[in-house]
Amino acid sequence: MSEIFEFTLENLVTAKQIVAKYPKGREASAVLPLLDLGQRQNKGWASDAVMNGVALFLDMPRIRVTEVASFYTMISMKPVGKYLLQFCTTTPCWLRNSEAVLAAASEYLGVGLGQTTEDGMFSMLEVECLGACVNAPIVQINDDMYEDLTAESMVAVLKALKAGETPPHGPQIDRQKSAPSSGAAVLTKLTFSED
Amino acid sequence: MPKLKIDGVEIEVENGLTVLQACEQAGVEIPRFCYHERLSVAGNCRMCLVEVSPGPPKPQASCALPAGEGMEVTTNSPMVEKARTGVMEFLLINHPLDCPICDQGGECDLQDQAMGYGNSGSRYTEDKRAVSEKYMGPLINTIMTRCIHCTRCVRFSTEVGGVTDMGMVNRGENAEITTLEKAVSSELSGNVIDLCPVGALTSKPYSFVARPWELKKTETIDVLDAMGSNIRVDVRGNEVMRVLPRLNEDVNEEWISDKSRFSCDGLRSQRLDKPYVRNAAGKLEPASWDEAFAVISAKLSGAAGERIAAIAGDQCDAESMFALKGLMDALGSPNLDCRQDGAALDPSVRSSYLFNTGIAKAEEADICLIIGANPRWEAPLVNTRLRKGWLDGGMKISVIGPQLDLTYDYDYLGASTATLQEIADGTHPFAAALKAAKRPMLMIGMGALSRDDGAACLAVARKIANDCGLIRDDWNGFNVLHTAAARVGGMDLGFTPGQGGCDVSGILNGASSGAIDVVYLLGADEIKMSSLDKAFVIYQGHHGDAGAHAADVILPGAAYTEKSGVYVNLEGRVQRGRRAAFPPGDAREDWTILRALSAIVGKTLPYDDLPGLRKAMHEACPHFTHIDTVEPTSWEDFGTIGDMSAAPFKSAIENFYMTDPISRASETMAACTREFILNAEGATGTDG
Repeated sequence: MSEIFEFTLENLVTAKQIVAKYPKGREASAVLPLLDLGQRQNKGWASDAVMNGVALFLDMPRIRVTEVASFYTMISMKPVGKYLLQFCTTTPCWLRNSEAVLAAASEYLGVGLGQTTEDGMFSMLEVECLGACVNAPIVQINDDMYEDLTAESMVAVLKALKAGETPPHGPQIDRQKSAPSSGAAVLTKLTFSED
Repeated sequence: MPKLKIDGVEIEVENGLTVLQACEQAGVEIPRFCYHERLSVAGNCRMCLVEVSPGPPKPQASCALPAGEGMEVTTNSPMVEKARTGVMEFLLINHPLDCPICDQGGECDLQDQAMGYGNSGSRYTEDKRAVSEKYMGPLINTIMTRCIHCTRCVRFSTEVGGVTDMGMVNRGENAEITTLEKAVSSELSGNVIDLCPVGALTSKPYSFVARPWELKKTETIDVLDAMGSNIRVDVRGNEVMRVLPRLNEDVNEEWISDKSRFSCDGLRSQRLDKPYVRNAAGKLEPASWDEAFAVISAKLSGAAGERIAAIAGDQCDAESMFALKGLMDALGSPNLDCRQDGAALDPSVRSSYLFNTGIAKAEEADICLIIGANPRWEAPLVNTRLRKGWLDGGMKISVIGPQLDLTYDYDYLGASTATLQEIADGTHPFAAALKAAKRPMLMIGMGALSRDDGAACLAVARKIANDCGLIRDDWNGFNVLHTAAARVGGMDLGFTPGQGGCDVSGILNGASSGAIDVVYLLGADEIKMSSLDKAFVIYQGHHGDAGAHAADVILPGAAYTEKSGVYVNLEGRVQRGRRAAFPPGDAREDWTILRALSAIVGKTLPYDDLPGLRKAMHEACPHFTHIDTVEPTSWEDFGTIGDMSAAPFKSAIENFYMTDPISRASETMAACTREFILNAEGATGTDG
């Protein structure tokens, strides 16, 4: 092991709390949350040093950490931009034209999937179902879901991020969370027995 | 004891078996890639699909399905055939069609099973995936495009080997087996080559060397450690191409160590292929057998018996030691020894120098004390038994001696004899633990026995065995961990000093003081040769190693693959090795050399052929007739209590990969030494 990563004091406390959730002798189960914690501290990606550090912290073989880290798209094994855009292209999103969203972002940023913009702001990644099919198509930007996207609203979100703003996450159309987009279909008129 | 029907035949099987194992018991063969009876169940190749009712109306993986009461298993229905054909088609999608240039060709599970279940043509027109080669050290060659991700290698190295170097990274189509460009740091790593059902992991030294169908296969016994591993030697022409393990549940299961497997290239280099005689100028000169014998005869005819000595090496077969002992007896010499390292073993009590518990039973022990040994290097397959006991049965292991990575956790009790004495006196808490155990064992290594105070160490170990209840009616927990294949055989034959005779150190001292004139070395290379400068040295052996350099006459003998001979392993199991190839040049089988020499010196040995020799040997040692069995021994008194030095115990082996003339001559073992020993030393010595 060459370089070894160390948690900041604050993260060290969190890491210990995470490990404490698992039974004694099963500390290795904490590998996934610790990799996540580590990559958050390390500009969003799990470098060799982060994996070494986690392996050492949990007293588990280095190869087992690599196995887990390389299995999940949630763990980035190469550097990513400030904003990691995860495009869902699984069937429901694809049916709702996720291809257009992807193409618009790619054209606006000038990079393709698996790439990072030169200014280090954006990385693009294709992922499988993000579990928000009701609001398809969706893109996960860091920890937030941007839903009901179109090519135009995608570019608008990216423009705002580029300008340093934080556009509101959730549906990008006029809709409350995942309520029907055409407005309420039931309980339109509330009547009570006393009326 | 569930009863189930397999293809209509009812069978009752033990609890806890899988459907696949039940099918095997019923005599039905189930194709498989990932399943291996000695590894954990992975269930990821899907080749072992069978139809089971009651249950979901789809094929089920029999390797991961417990056999249950009343199951009806069908292994030959159209549904099963179709399912397996489908699995095979998927496996072949990304498997290259490079059988003609693949080393596994001819002994490949995938090739064989594709004959049974494969389609005759491919429906796949897309690009096949390609995977970059990985570095796994000097022994394992990788062609990872061929990998079908059965993960047998990962499970073997983790579970049996006890090293966590291998793993499967990425997922789905991108999954790859890798070691992160690190050599697999296990002494058993070669076994992954046998386990690999395809040609992804193949032997590096054997790559592109031979085809299985052009090899002559001989079943014999390994002599590179004292395990007596059962091996198969594959020969083409007269050259040993490779060594493979052979199944013996009582000894090596189906594994062998890397030294046993890969040292065979040492059989080709540095060989003694003709007799040599040292001339007046002090140089060794090729000679004929007659000339060499004449020189020896001239030396021996004048010498008194007590001025002659013989030392047998670590790889001798019992026959040649028996013949040499016969010759020495005829010459009137009591000076003979088979303990090159000077180990204080007592030849009069058989149980004092055996691994009494037995290799297979060692895994049943619940507590084990290792004294002055590094079993991982000295007997890797004993170590796997301990690891198995530790992993499955919760065996508690404690160590007195070198503190090393043994692939299992242990309590470190101390480095030297002080702790040992405390346990013997009963003042150490470990003594109580031993007494409380159901099946306690101790294991004393050559690192303790070959010291000057070895006899005292042996006596203390015996005292512990006696006092702490290691000796019971059905259990003997006293074990000596040998490192030399010939040692137990030599002790059994009485190749030890006779009345008034010298042992190895006595012979060496006698040779340097002038009390001994002639020293006969039978493959003995591990002694201090400078002590023999004044004596006339006859070296009979197969490699130009230390002994040959010190010799005045060299008689070229046969290596273990080139002679039929009996070997007794560390637990006292008598096993017969068979000749796989002929000795090179003028070299001869060792007992024939001794028989010929005995006639020339006028002390003709009373046998003319191998059966005759064996008959005489069996008369002297009746248990040699019981091939592949361990003769029961009785527990007697042995060892002499004495002062013990406080110096820490060391392992008898400093470099696992080079311990004998064969492995020292092997290029592969030299590469391993560079990779694993020198690199490791560099890392701890200078880097940190």
